[in-house]
Amino acid sequence: MLILVAAGFYLKARHSFRAREAAARQHSAAPDFSLPQLNGQSLQLSDYRGKVVLLDFWATWCTPCREEIPHLVELQRKYRDQGLQIIGVSMDDSPEPVREFYQRFQMNYPVVMGDAEIGERYGGVLGLPIAFVIGRDGRISVKHIGATDASVLEQDVKALL
Amino acid sequence: MISKWTGRIAVSVLISALSTVILLNQAHGQATSLPSSHLINPEELVKVLQAAKGEKPLMFQVGSYVLYAQAHIPGSDYVGPVTSELGLQQLRRRVESLPRTKFIVLYCGCCPWSHCPNVKPADDALRTMGFTNVKVLYLANNFGADWVEKGYPVAKGQ
Repeated sequence: MLILVAAGFYLKARHSFRAREAAARQHSAAPDFSLPQLNGQSLQLSDYRGKVVLLDFWATWCTPCREEIPHLVELQRKYRDQGLQIIGVSMDDSPEPVREFYQRFQMNYPVVMGDAEIGERYGGVLGLPIAFVIGRDGRISVKHIGATDASVLEQDVKALL
Repeated sequence: MISKWTGRIAVSVLISALSTVILLNQAHGQATSLPSSHLINPEELVKVLQAAKGEKPLMFQVGSYVLYAQAHIPGSDYVGPVTSELGLQQLRRRVESLPRTKFIVLYCGCCPWSHCPNVKPADDALRTMGFTNVKVLYLANNFGADWVEKGYPVAKGQ
């Protein structure tokens, strides 16, 4: 019984923390960045203004991140024509494992190599995965910390399309 | 109509298959299988670090450099993810000349504890080398939530 009560408090506190985090970042302008993609070309976030952007901070060795990737690939395929653009920001230390992963999982959206600067500009990326859903106006609509159910991400995206 | 449904079924099967591959690949290195005697809580570690007396541990971050550069425990060294053989070699090289009784703390905090792929292999590697005083920092959610947000000491950069 005590364990159940403790678990309840823990989950409530965790939910509250995540809600505060989400609220703090909501509706602020998504910081612009220019970072190298896996093919060497740079990607500028502001070039995607007018689209709904799902910015996914992840790493190849991060299990919950890896579990999300097939769902993100499906989301991109399903809503591409309606204006969804997913952008992956890899927090791996080097691009080699990311390239291999990209091919293996047939990723269908661009991935850039992140750095400490982008992490800090997005409020500190000190745990993975973290996803930001950005509206067509370039403002952050939602921030999800930790593994997020695919249906939740889909709802967030659909609400902005 | 048939091809549309066939396509949807194929996508679902592909997602399930890829998810299974991911889970099987990661299952062996789960942090949750570490015995509690190998762990140290953030509060305990802070007390050790702030105590006027007692041995201070050598601390290694075995996660991502990008995350280390944003925030890490002052005095800790970056080793990198030990999910690869390269990372493990780096860790072994870093400690090979040390006395096997040296107090060592390992931490990652890139993923939730139940999914951390790094701390268990790092702990295993040091114990296999004969180190007897190794502790793994228990970070339930991630380094941000369980260390930085708690107001514990943080350093940035290299």
